[in-house]
Amino acid sequence: MVNKLRESIIMKIHYGTALAAVALVAVHILMRLTQSFSESLEYANVIANYKFLPYAGMLEIILILLSIHGFNGLRVILLELKQGRGYEKAVSYGCLAGMIGLIAYGSRTIIMVNMGVV
Amino acid sequence: MEPLDENKEGIGGMINPRRYGIERVAYLLMRLSGLGLLAYFIAHIYETSSILRGEVGWNEFLALTQTNEGHAILAIVIAMCVFHTVNGIRVMLGHGGVGVGKPSRPDYPYNPASQNYRHKIGIYSAIVLAAIAMLYGLAVMYGE
Amino acid sequence: MAQVPKLEENSVSKTSSSPKSVTLRIARVNPKQNTEKKFMEFSIPYQRWTTVLEAILQVKKHFDHSVAVRYSCRQATCGSCGMIINGKPRLACFTKISELESNVVTVEPMNNFPIIRDLTVRFERLFDSHHKVKPFLIREDSEISSDEKEFLQSPEEVEQYIQFSNCIKCGLCNSACPTMATDSSFIGPQALAQAYRYVADSRDKGKDSRLKIIDDSHGIWRCHFAGSCSQVCPKGVDPAMGIQFLRGYLLGFRS
Repeated sequence: MVNKLRESIIMKIHYGTALAAVALVAVHILMRLTQSFSESLEYANVIANYKFLPYAGMLEIILILLSIHGFNGLRVILLELKQGRGYEKAVSYGCLAGMIGLIAYGSRTIIMVNMGVV
Repeated sequence: MEPLDENKEGIGGMINPRRYGIERVAYLLMRLSGLGLLAYFIAHIYETSSILRGEVGWNEFLALTQTNEGHAILAIVIAMCVFHTVNGIRVMLGHGGVGVGKPSRPDYPYNPASQNYRHKIGIYSAIVLAAIAMLYGLAVMYGE
Repeated sequence: MAQVPKLEENSVSKTSSSPKSVTLRIARVNPKQNTEKKFMEFSIPYQRWTTVLEAILQVKKHFDHSVAVRYSCRQATCGSCGMIINGKPRLACFTKISELESNVVTVEPMNNFPIIRDLTVRFERLFDSHHKVKPFLIREDSEISSDEKEFLQSPEEVEQYIQFSNCIKCGLCNSACPTMATDSSFIGPQALAQAYRYVADSRDKGKDSRLKIIDDSHGIWRCHFAGSCSQVCPKGVDPAMGIQFLRGYLLGFRS
């Protein structure tokens, strides 16, 4: 599947995720600065952030955007380092697996805290 | 038939920033900052998952990051983030053909129009903004 | 293998100004004999206008005829004498010793090309990549079958591609490219710039087929606009510019 996708489509996704992530990460960082830095990291404040649905949704979107952008960037670097059909397939699927794994792991935190499991 | 040795420069040649000006430095920094940010992002996702262990778990992990080493790493991450963003926008515009000059009959000494002052300013701005952001980050982290 | 034979001044043609001398270090390597790269050193007199190629030819004439070097036109037109001179890819015939501002001139075979012997490298891959992007006009009619006798172009239309048609296929851009340093499958800046040369030509109708060829996992997207190719081009082709314009079509910035 990954190998079938045209490179231009993948790279358009790469650029799109980058631009969207810049805007959302800026909001995420600015939220740390609405109060003092250490205060914003206090347990109660962080939990409140996660329970505020729009913010939790934004975190989820950032997680997806950066995972796609980051792992595709890694794929590009690895593809340029070494060549070969087997290696390139392993890199493409390895990066896809890493991306899915990271999104799943991060989503678990966001969803569980948002639903009040902790 | 045995494949030919292509006499490739290898990773050493790819990352050597000394021969081809600031554009090649930006190329190297873009790669390094990208890899660094991915590593930080994975660590950040792991770090924030400690909240699932309740207040004790969160505070334990937070204490690890509230050290001089933790602050230094975060300051570097801030610099990498700003450089990667600003230089990334420059590269993206360049990739679309924006600001790379326009074709014309070349004259000796053949200064390439694509390596123009607009892109050089973009690269230097990315470096300066990264440094300013890093200092601001340190001020915020140590100012409290 | 470090010998420093001196070329006596009376063995070369006398000139009015007294020549300075430079140490020329020539890489000697023969992959067929699995010998490691070694350097031979020669002290060579030079004038302000002496080129690196002339210095190498002096070595061949007076010291060691076995030094392998490819050259032909001696005026940066044939693209044969590309080599690494003091760490950068340059044409030996187009590089004056005096402009290197160094007492030592080191010449090595170009990187990212298989070595034949000493300073000569194989160009098959470059020519294959060049051929792959269809470096010719693509259209259904021809100047013979068309009602018009020839396909007319305005000066502005010529200006769009004429710079890129200066390519002499010397391979310096491929040697300087950071992606080529590790990626054996990358199509390379030379071929990509030539793809743009034809895409930008108003007479050509093969844009879509060329874009399809370069839209590959080792195609145009492996260029990261480091621009080293443009910095070393001895003909002012500026491959980096052409590649970004070409990518502009794929990104929708151009149509």
